[in-house]
Amino acid sequence: MKMDLIQPFIGSLDTVLAEMMKAPVTIADVTMEEEGYRRKGLAAVVGFKGQIEGRIILDMEPSAAAKIAEYMAGGEVDPAESIVPETVCELANMVIGNAVTQLNDRGFQFRVFPPALLTEDQCARIGSDSEATILSFDTPVGVVHLNISMRYHSRRSGERQPVAVG
Amino acid sequence: MKPFEPLARKRDGQPVRFLIVDDSVFARKSITKMVETFGGQVAGEAGDGLTAITEYGRTNPDIVLMDITMPQMEGIEAVERIVQEHPDARVVMVSSVGYQENILAALQKGARHFVQKPVKPEVLYEILRYVLNEEPATAPVGASEGRTP
Repeated sequence: MKMDLIQPFIGSLDTVLAEMMKAPVTIADVTMEEEGYRRKGLAAVVGFKGQIEGRIILDMEPSAAAKIAEYMAGGEVDPAESIVPETVCELANMVIGNAVTQLNDRGFQFRVFPPALLTEDQCARIGSDSEATILSFDTPVGVVHLNISMRYHSRRSGERQPVAVG
Repeated sequence: MKPFEPLARKRDGQPVRFLIVDDSVFARKSITKMVETFGGQVAGEAGDGLTAITEYGRTNPDIVLMDITMPQMEGIEAVERIVQEHPDARVVMVSSVGYQENILAALQKGARHFVQKPVKPEVLYEILRYVLNEEPATAPVGASEGRTP
């Protein structure tokens, strides 16, 4: 996987979380995964297709998601509330959307699909057919993971066909 | 969050009424909270472009805040259809995907402005003030060629 495709996602997660929490975010670990993806907590996936194809999973502990929901909602949030998984989806949407914006403005053409929450079964299926890079970030509320799997197709500049996410 | 001077309609001084369109319940709640700090009222909500068209007709809002990436019908197509039916509609796109191609497409279909997520309240407030002060027939630069007469 090309590092220049991954870099915008690192910058975007840093920017979005730092903007919301007013605190720095640092990379704690980078690993590769070739087998089924094991969800760490609450996970949302965003798929894309075009010159770059693949999917990104944003994953975090429910307690971290609840804390982020509090930052985003501006009030106390119980980890059991339905707003918490919604927060993970919206956070994935913002992080991935911002990164995709940078890549698109650099000339990569592809289409992004709405975020969806991942179940454990879906995680196993998603990871089984492709290699993924997993970036783990230390944040003030706990570790946030980005699982990135994508391929670059240089001959598909005009392709903009939708596919189902997950 | 600092207090904002309440936004009001030019024609009668009443609070500005918003239609909020986003497939994320969380995003709708977050934007609702924001517009309420601007003195606005939420006239309706929609989770996709198709519902947004129906809700626009039902609520006749002063401003639509519209996401782009949504199931069933995306925001850019919804803008086009709303502006076709209601040429004076004021639609502001609110999306995390803010690349030039998307912004231009939205403006060409009749959107008045674009805000990238995560939304900063002060940025959204200034854009709303600008859009509310536009004359109804005024389109943003570059938007005229894509407009349906």
